[in-house]
Amino acid sequence: MIEDRDTLLGLWQRMTRIRRFEERASTDKEADLLEGYIHNYSGQEAIATGIITQLRADDWITSTYRNHGHSIARDVPLEAMTGELLGRTTGVCGGKGGSMHAVDQDLGMIGGMGIVAGGMPIAAGAALAARRRGQDRVAVTFFGDGAVHQGAFHESMTFAALFNCPVIFVCENNLYAETTAVDYHLIAGSVIAMAEPYGVHATQVDGMDVFAVRDAAEQLIARARYTGRPALLEAMTYRYGGQYEGDTQTYKPPQEVAQWRARDPLLTFRRRVTEPGLLTHGDLDEVAERSRVEVADAFAAAALAPWPDPSVLLTDVYTEIS
Amino acid sequence: MAITMAQALNTALHDAMAEDDKVVMFGEDVGILGGVFRITDKLQERFGEGRCFDTPLAESGIVGTAIGMAMYGYKPVVEMQFDGFTYPAFEQIVSHLAKMRNRSRGTVQLPVVVRIPFGGGIGAVEHHSESPENYFAHVAGLKVVSPGTPSDGYSLLRESISSADPVLFFEPKRRYWLKEDADLPVRTEPFGRAVVRRAGTTATLFAYGPMVRTCMETASAAEDEGWDLEVVDLRTLNPFDSATVVESVKKTGRAIVVHEAQVFSGFGAEVAAQVAERAFYHLEAPVLRVGGFDIPYPAAKLEEFFLPDVDRILDAVQRSLSF
Repeated sequence: MIEDRDTLLGLWQRMTRIRRFEERASTDKEADLLEGYIHNYSGQEAIATGIITQLRADDWITSTYRNHGHSIARDVPLEAMTGELLGRTTGVCGGKGGSMHAVDQDLGMIGGMGIVAGGMPIAAGAALAARRRGQDRVAVTFFGDGAVHQGAFHESMTFAALFNCPVIFVCENNLYAETTAVDYHLIAGSVIAMAEPYGVHATQVDGMDVFAVRDAAEQLIARARYTGRPALLEAMTYRYGGQYEGDTQTYKPPQEVAQWRARDPLLTFRRRVTEPGLLTHGDLDEVAERSRVEVADAFAAAALAPWPDPSVLLTDVYTEIS
Repeated sequence: MAITMAQALNTALHDAMAEDDKVVMFGEDVGILGGVFRITDKLQERFGEGRCFDTPLAESGIVGTAIGMAMYGYKPVVEMQFDGFTYPAFEQIVSHLAKMRNRSRGTVQLPVVVRIPFGGGIGAVEHHSESPENYFAHVAGLKVVSPGTPSDGYSLLRESISSADPVLFFEPKRRYWLKEDADLPVRTEPFGRAVVRRAGTTATLFAYGPMVRTCMETASAAEDEGWDLEVVDLRTLNPFDSATVVESVKKTGRAIVVHEAQVFSGFGAEVAAQVAERAFYHLEAPVLRVGGFDIPYPAAKLEEFFLPDVDRILDAVQRSLSF
């Protein structure tokens, strides 16, 4: 495959931004510098990056409380993300959403939902709206393996298949539903097996390989855009951290993290592009360093940004204050 | 001419869909059948399957899909066939429909109407006779509406559909066949305005939805006792018209709240609290509440003992007067 240099660097930039962002969020949470819960996306960068870079500007995504990666991959400005984590007015929701609920309508980021399957029917509805209006926009709804047991998953797939909603269900199977292992809870054996009865086209992919994710996404998105049919992508991955920052993770086998880290999406990318000489280590290091600085600057800027005035508590609840 | 509540609601949907092609109606059996109560009668025939369509029996999917469509240009009206069927959609309504505007700093508007035929009186037992309005009155970001007359059924539904905020619209199903002389289209008072249905001096009955009619019957019966009851129709629980409520209590000095929902922690508690806070020195007696007992909704042969009726309301008036 011929890979364009700028495209490769774009993938690398997003993955390194996400990784540096999540490392910093983790450190800051441990130091008690952040408000609320933080759900770390480290280990899953290839999925958000591989899929979202295949979307058009007018497409939509929904995410969950683990939404930092999706937001950053969708190019929500880093300062808008750090502002939100620190609860400042510069946050993407003006400090009213918090880490779990990034929303950016201009970028088609419908939002991070605190309920695991919450975004799925909403994505289906957006896709249905597009279809009914004769537009070829698609919606991607990201969720974890734990979400497939909620009714909304099954209801959304039924709706999408029945009404021809061009929505791509992306399950990031990171082996844990909160702290419960997929071996225990995923009674169907896989998530793609659960799509079959609904007539939803489903593919499983190595979620640690951004190229594999991207190529699968390209096909599924084009298919949804052209036919209006829904699809499901199950990306096999691993959550390096806990369900949330502070999770003791005693439920993970000791060797498991190391095994998955050996397949790290950033390391994999580095090998895949340097071995054939597509990019040099120097190219990659330069971008990675820039990402580190951007993230550091964004956290520093957020720390200096103003807190919301308490009066914002009463705004935007209804159209007009009655 | 005489119209029923069902006709008024059906006409409101027809008129709203004719006026604005972004209004769509979907839910369980609303298309081909026209709804189990025929409130969506002939919508599909007139506007096509694209505008009025049947869905799977999946309430969370119905409301979630409505949210997504509302974000991108539509004004969905969805039906929850029966009150108890709203519970599977609770998560989408409370966690997403109600909160998106706030979370997005007002960039997301969700003009969604969730129509809910609610309440008892038709022998339909639990899940089909419930009064869940107060669950939603408790949620910031939702408007909660319940018409008690056919005119209000028409006007409040039209206002709900044109509202930029999500509305939970509670239709008193036992009053679908209630008649009133009115010409459609009709515009009544807007959201946030309670209406004095019958002026009186002895005590005030506060009600909404199905109990408005029951309170009017009670006021007629009370004339035999020499009592001149005032009946206030609250119409919209949120926004709540405390000014009209307080004004009435200042006049009569006695307040009795009537609803089908169980009394404990029901909407009557909110009315009582507002009256206590704003009209305490005008009260001649404690605010009383008449409602369902604190039990699951009973079986058909027992519901007449559960639902507030003229006798129970008159008994409350007597207790208030003898305080």
